[in-house]
Amino acid sequence: MLARRIIPCLDVREGRVVKGVQFRGHEDVGGITELAQKYRDAGADELVFYDITASVDDRTIGLDWIRRVSALLDIPFCVAGGIKSVAQARARLEAGADKISVNSPALIRPDLINELSAAFGRQCIVVGIDSFDDGGTYKVKSHTGAANATRDTGRATLDWVEEVIERGAGEIVLNCMNKDGVRTGYDIKQLQTVRAICNVPLIASGGAGTAAHFEDVFKQANVDGALAASVFHKNILPIPKLKADLKSKGIEIRI
Amino acid sequence: MLAVVDTGCANLASVGFAFERLGARSIITKDADIIRSADHVILPGVGAMPYAMQALRTRGLVEVLQNLTQPLMGICLGMQMLFSGSEEGGAKGLGLLKGRIEQMDTGDLPSPHMGWNTLENISDDDPLMAGINQGDYVYFVHSYAAEISENTLASSTYGHPFSAIVRRDNIYGCQFHPERSGKVGAQILANFLKVKP
Repeated sequence: MLARRIIPCLDVREGRVVKGVQFRGHEDVGGITELAQKYRDAGADELVFYDITASVDDRTIGLDWIRRVSALLDIPFCVAGGIKSVAQARARLEAGADKISVNSPALIRPDLINELSAAFGRQCIVVGIDSFDDGGTYKVKSHTGAANATRDTGRATLDWVEEVIERGAGEIVLNCMNKDGVRTGYDIKQLQTVRAICNVPLIASGGAGTAAHFEDVFKQANVDGALAASVFHKNILPIPKLKADLKSKGIEIRI
Repeated sequence: MLAVVDTGCANLASVGFAFERLGARSIITKDADIIRSADHVILPGVGAMPYAMQALRTRGLVEVLQNLTQPLMGICLGMQMLFSGSEEGGAKGLGLLKGRIEQMDTGDLPSPHMGWNTLENISDDDPLMAGINQGDYVYFVHSYAAEISENTLASSTYGHPFSAIVRRDNIYGCQFHPERSGKVGAQILANFLKVKP
């Protein structure tokens, strides 16, 4: 049976892994390859690296660290951050990334998703969506890497989910912004709503604080994977214990 | 020496790195002579089959691959290319394995089939499967697959059962990514390297 995935997310800024709360006030949590290895050894199913300043600074991520991570890791990893063209995506995949994730540039130019999907196949094209719960209406934000750069996009989350799938997304990571870094649980209601219209793999992001939060999001929102950062970086929830707990609750988990 | 066929697809580096971790020398190449003289050959692939087959034709490698006698392993799309053809774009394959690749019928499950799934019905008399156990997890990313056949060494199930590992004589295929399948994947690649050229 297909296992539910546990995915540590590493926000990268200037060659280091950082973590903020609700997309603000980032602090240094370690080196890229050092943390990649640590999470692989702990049993992570996949890693996601977000260059959180790439879209804000109008540049794209470096390639050297992707090569180093690829040489080191025997689990899949995805890279994200400011990818605006097929050529930029190709360079990252050729450096050894398994998947690429696009967010702000796809909002500015949605055809990017079609182009990437045509060039590499939908299986390696992830679309990240930063969704804000505005009193029960879900809205897409862009350029969330820095608080003062964050923009409203005028798009409703559910419409954008349908559009990116239609355009060739192979997976969706839904970052529920109101929950980011606060460890009070995933946004089950929003994830259920998106799951109902999402026929590609769906990854939950934002809000993980306890093993019960992971159990809830798998059982109640039926997501394929759950992404988290601060609980792993701060060692609040060691991955081996989390996975053992989830397995004991009857969730299909790779141990 | 191991040759990784440069199919022009994007995941070549990660396949090469996996063999580096095993301490094996590998070369990523589209040179027909190097491929013919290699002890083992890997045919990697991601993306769409029509484009990948066209890349092999452009490089003049179709007949080279069809006539290899040393162990040849196709990975993911590379495995699908070993078959006679695919439903994907009606592409013709290398014809080294009988059968046609078809789109997976996943029903209500999300597609593509993406993530860690278990190996089942493992053939216990093939050296490629040494140290591999029923229920071991490997990493899949695909939406087309080969049905179960007499060449199936291990199956997996997503909606329906399909071939996860195949072998006929010197021709091997893994539908999953052994280079990204942790210790289980590394064991399979190590076993492949032990197959005598």
